[in-house]
Amino acid sequence: MTSSFNLRNAVAAIVVVGLLLLPLFSQATGNVFVLTLFTRIVIFALAAVSLNLIMGYGGMMSFGHAAYLGIGGYAVGILAAEGFGSGFIQWPVALLASALFALVIGALSLRTRGVYFIMITLAFAQMAYYVASGLSRYGGDDGLTIYKRSTFGGLINLSNRVQFYYLCLFCLLGGVFLVWRIVNSRFGLVVQGLRSNEQRMQAIGFPATRYQLVCFVIAGTMCGLAGALLANNTDFISPAVMYWTRSGDLMVMVILGGMGSLFGPVVGAIVYLVLEEFLSQVTEYWAMIMGPLLLLIVLFGRGGIMGLIGRFSRG
Amino acid sequence: MGAEKTGVSRTNMLLVVEQFLNGLQFGLLLFLLAAGLTLVFGIMDLVNLAHGSLYMMGAYFAATFVAWSGSFVFGIVLALGATLLLGIVLEIVALRHLYGRDHLDHVLATFGLILFFNDLVRLVWGPAGLALPLPAWLTVPVQIVPGVFYPAYRLAIIVVALAVALMLYLVVMRTRIGMLIRAGASNREMIGALGINIKLLYTLVFGLGAALAGLAGLMQAPILTVQIGMGENILILAFVVIVIGGIGSIRGAFVAAILVGMIDTLGRAFLPDLLRRILSSAAASTAAPALSSMLIYLLMAIVLVARPEGLFPANRR
Amino acid sequence: MAEPLLRIENLVRRFGGIVATDNLSLDIARGELHAIIGPNGAGKTTLISQLIGQLRPTAGTIRFAGQDVTHLPAWKRSRLGLARSFQITSLLPNFTAADNVALAAQARDGHSFRFFGNARQEKQLRAAAHAALDRVGLLGRADVVVSRLSHGEQRELELAVALATKPQLLLLDEPMAGLGVTESARMVKLLAELRQEVTIVLVEHDMNAVFVLADRITVLVYGRVIASDVPAAIRTNEEVKRAYLGDQHVVTAHD
Repeated sequence: MTSSFNLRNAVAAIVVVGLLLLPLFSQATGNVFVLTLFTRIVIFALAAVSLNLIMGYGGMMSFGHAAYLGIGGYAVGILAAEGFGSGFIQWPVALLASALFALVIGALSLRTRGVYFIMITLAFAQMAYYVASGLSRYGGDDGLTIYKRSTFGGLINLSNRVQFYYLCLFCLLGGVFLVWRIVNSRFGLVVQGLRSNEQRMQAIGFPATRYQLVCFVIAGTMCGLAGALLANNTDFISPAVMYWTRSGDLMVMVILGGMGSLFGPVVGAIVYLVLEEFLSQVTEYWAMIMGPLLLLIVLFGRGGIMGLIGRFSRG
Repeated sequence: MGAEKTGVSRTNMLLVVEQFLNGLQFGLLLFLLAAGLTLVFGIMDLVNLAHGSLYMMGAYFAATFVAWSGSFVFGIVLALGATLLLGIVLEIVALRHLYGRDHLDHVLATFGLILFFNDLVRLVWGPAGLALPLPAWLTVPVQIVPGVFYPAYRLAIIVVALAVALMLYLVVMRTRIGMLIRAGASNREMIGALGINIKLLYTLVFGLGAALAGLAGLMQAPILTVQIGMGENILILAFVVIVIGGIGSIRGAFVAAILVGMIDTLGRAFLPDLLRRILSSAAASTAAPALSSMLIYLLMAIVLVARPEGLFPANRR
Repeated sequence: MAEPLLRIENLVRRFGGIVATDNLSLDIARGELHAIIGPNGAGKTTLISQLIGQLRPTAGTIRFAGQDVTHLPAWKRSRLGLARSFQITSLLPNFTAADNVALAAQARDGHSFRFFGNARQEKQLRAAAHAALDRVGLLGRADVVVSRLSHGEQRELELAVALATKPQLLLLDEPMAGLGVTESARMVKLLAELRQEVTIVLVEHDMNAVFVLADRITVLVYGRVIASDVPAAIRTNEEVKRAYLGDQHVVTAHD
């Protein structure tokens, strides 16, 4: 048991160090593309980490998590369009809006279980997509351009690629740290127990919905932060960010990396997005390869990449 | 002046009737889609997101075969057969390996299939989408009530869909296979005990679900759309229908589908006007499209609060 | 006579046309060990499900410690002191034995909305968990993952988990199920010790255990109580003998 633990930790450590050193590598080789690619990857990794909290640890299969990317992003975009360029206003609003949406949607969705929960979270996320598409004042279907990135009063310049990358990475590592503390806390054990055997947990006196809802809100808020980062990264926000296939992408990242493992979602995000990038340069029809690949992963790849590493080092 | 007034209110009444029938038609299409989903979920316990892809393929097959054969009716019959065949092949090659697995596995695997199908369609037919023109004899307006006209084709959709719904009802309520469907996935052992070939039954049920999806897809093709990604938009509506209608219930799916179809169609048609009377014109035109698209989700939210098991759940606690 | 700890009054539960619980009334006195027995299909599990809140009665009331709990959800009843063990072992399979019991102790403690600190290292919870494990004789297996415990050990762990919530009433649904001779003897000895600390309602098929342990026995047939008395009286009761030995049709089911 200890040897597999160390190998997984080693992999995680290598990934963290690699991510920390990436801008230096980019500057040394003059390759700007790899920096922009990994900024995007780090942002989605944060979103995946938040989804892993409710899916991997909480057992709540939410197929609507991309909605929070949109909510966080639109909070930034709309406030910017209305003249509120300060990050100190935009980002708290993004977090608050995400938390509120998660609270309402979670309260409704958690009245169901299993595949119905999956369907309902999907439906509500799609609702958010349609609502955003209807906001003609803020670009509707075409999206909203953000002319100036969030300002933080001189503390940090988001237009500087390297600074922005480190901010995103800081948020990612912060997110991982937060998840780590939460899952081992009293609250986290309850949530994990509910995933394992809800009936047993109710029998010893835990009301399931309450705990799951709080978990859901935490995850939604974290993803809202990723949304704010995303809007700044692309200087643009559109309803497409919330389209249900994006929620599917997030799920794939979590499962690919290994559900319920701390660094799994980070690894999953990196692998999935690098693969997507690589495949799309090979062929325009990369989804025709990715699709069956997903099918094969489901059929044969138990426990994702981190699980594979664990099994490999034990054997 | 009296003549003008009756002229205006007559147009309004015609509009209401037309939208009412449109809502019924949309609801029936939703029912066909939802019924297929419920069947597959009820018997094989399989969550099939690629159901929407079968809907899309029905539409694409129809457009292609009608253009190739020159005959509308022959073309759509071929398309229906092709979709049925595609469903069976899909079940045998890919989906039967998913039976008994976690629902999450189903979601992921069929999500992969959606990506595959969307790109396949783009490869074969191009990104632009297709058109399926109606033959002349189906475009004539039919007088359903003196003074009220409705396009023949839309009427045909309603008639065909109702006929299929009736057939489904008879099969589910009156036949042995229907009994198995109603008994649900929990009685897999009983199915085996009755000496029925389970593998064959599953394949046929999946084929039936695929045919229903394909039928819905090809029926709406001439009047709505034939394009990539059309399956996913309506699939989510089908999910909403199943949640509202009730777990495992085809009757519930029927009622919910009509309800959803009506609310969505009538809402989109009349809400903007309604809003314009209450709010300022600017506020109304911003709010109207967003609110109209939210209506059915609001309905779903209300049902979830009041009756989480849906309106006609198959099991009572 | 003191107020009974558990009072069931005119309980009815129908499943479509079947009456699983048929106008059942029963009192459980504080401090007693009360066994409920009956042939298969008598409705014992249905009764237990209604007592713990998993199933809603069609009619009738359940009063626990003077409070009407008929419509309370399961978790609230647990908080009031009504603990249960499951007929089919239901634990958290990927957690250790100590984790399972510590969670029950945590539930008892309240304060579960703590997001920081390592709950597995909380001295108070671990101590409570170890105490309960020791009580059932599983202290040596505290750090073993539940899926690796033997069936008998899992049954004992179920008991430890129930005890950790410091209940007033323990509802045990066939704790002997699937146990071998030695393990059964251990369980009987354990229950004999526990009865001095907590009121126990025991649903069982193992007649040896029942007649050794019970203060009173209630016999259920077709959802109705046909006898409720001390073991000696039950042993000689004609109706009970008939119910178990054959002439079950003498005690007819209602349509």
